[in-house]
Amino acid sequence: MKSGFPLLLSGLFLGVAQLATAQGTTVTLPKTVEAGTPFSIQSNGSGKATLYIIGTGQVLKRDVQLGESTSFPAGSLYNAGRYLAVLTQDSSTQNGSFDVVPASKPAEMSFFAKPSRLPVGLHDGITGTVYVFDTYHNLISAPTPVSFELSTPSGTLQKRALVTSEGAAWTAMDSTAQQGIDRFAARIGDISSTRIVGQVPGDPCTLKMNARQSGQQVELITDPVRDCSGNAIPDGTIVTFTQSYKGTQSTIDQPLKRGVAQVTMQVHPGATLSVASGVVMGNQIGWTK
Amino acid sequence: MTAHKRFLVLLAGCIVLSQAAIAQVAVHVEPVTLHSPRPLTDQSKAAVIRDYLHAWSGLQAALEQNRPELLDADFVGIAKDRLADTIHQQGQLGIRTHYQDRSHDLRLLLYSPDGLSIELTDTVEYDVQLIDHDKVISTQHESARYLVVLAPSEVRWRVRVFQSTHD
Repeated sequence: MKSGFPLLLSGLFLGVAQLATAQGTTVTLPKTVEAGTPFSIQSNGSGKATLYIIGTGQVLKRDVQLGESTSFPAGSLYNAGRYLAVLTQDSSTQNGSFDVVPASKPAEMSFFAKPSRLPVGLHDGITGTVYVFDTYHNLISAPTPVSFELSTPSGTLQKRALVTSEGAAWTAMDSTAQQGIDRFAARIGDISSTRIVGQVPGDPCTLKMNARQSGQQVELITDPVRDCSGNAIPDGTIVTFTQSYKGTQSTIDQPLKRGVAQVTMQVHPGATLSVASGVVMGNQIGWTK
Repeated sequence: MTAHKRFLVLLAGCIVLSQAAIAQVAVHVEPVTLHSPRPLTDQSKAAVIRDYLHAWSGLQAALEQNRPELLDADFVGIAKDRLADTIHQQGQLGIRTHYQDRSHDLRLLLYSPDGLSIELTDTVEYDVQLIDHDKVISTQHESARYLVVLAPSEVRWRVRVFQSTHD
């Protein structure tokens, strides 16, 4: 390749123009141009030539008149990345490269929050990750302040103020003691994104049943079942009642209804009655009547 | 087979081997210093690197043949849309580009706590060849630092963000 003309780019560039050498020819190129801003290319010499701007994000091709300025309006190059500028005239070719950088103002974010539902009282149970983009969906690699907020219906607020690194930031927060619907928000400047996180009761904390005679049978009923933070365990949670008598066992599974589980069963005098829910054991009652 | 034919077969084999050696890509991975509470197993790390390097092959083929469907296996989201748009632009202009990566210097930055993304940087040495209507216009060697975000899909990691950055 030989070259017969210097290639000069100018416009809304960030940084200082660089002098590079390709095949012994001087090429003047900017270091950077901000995504979406207008720019122009000035070439010396005379005659017609073809200018290619090549990148994995975009490709442009222009017929240019050497010695004149070729203008690229706003929005011509908007995908951030490394671009090669190749100017050809007859058998002469001149190469150079420059970077299109993201716009500095954040315009959108990808906010990943997990999980959408979790038990109360879990340390670092809720995590959020953001990636920050400009208006052209370029990842903004420059450090950018971001804040995370987790708010509960009762107003409890956890806040974290961070700065992105290479376009990303993440945090972990505790689920609170109270069940309900929380709002998990990420804010960057004047843009924000919110995810809903459902906090559900944990495992039952204490499980207590009472027994009373009901005709020929025995009625077993639990106290309202709650987790260790006092949240009611949701209806539908299975509670297992067990009767142990002379080496045999009989069980009845019963879902919670209005916070309690209730069952009526035939009980042998001398049997032991017990109650459990999942891995949580409740009290035992020795039935002597 | 005559001695002459054997010699030709041997010569052809040597040429293929030497081409493979030339096309071999040097890969260096920096020690992992992840900013994340989530541990990255050696198996996951190997899978991420393997799938990312494979994505370069997909990119090369897609941009050289102007076939956006060749991106499907390795790219997703913004990265795929952008490369597909570039291929569309190349097709309209009658040009093709051949990207040949020569070396990768990889550094894993972030494994998000939810496990849904991995971010890495890659300082790549590569050659770019510009072909206009089957005429090679230019070949240029480049070095660029790429910022890459990968996301897990059914059986592999796919590139979601693929963007070279200004140092």
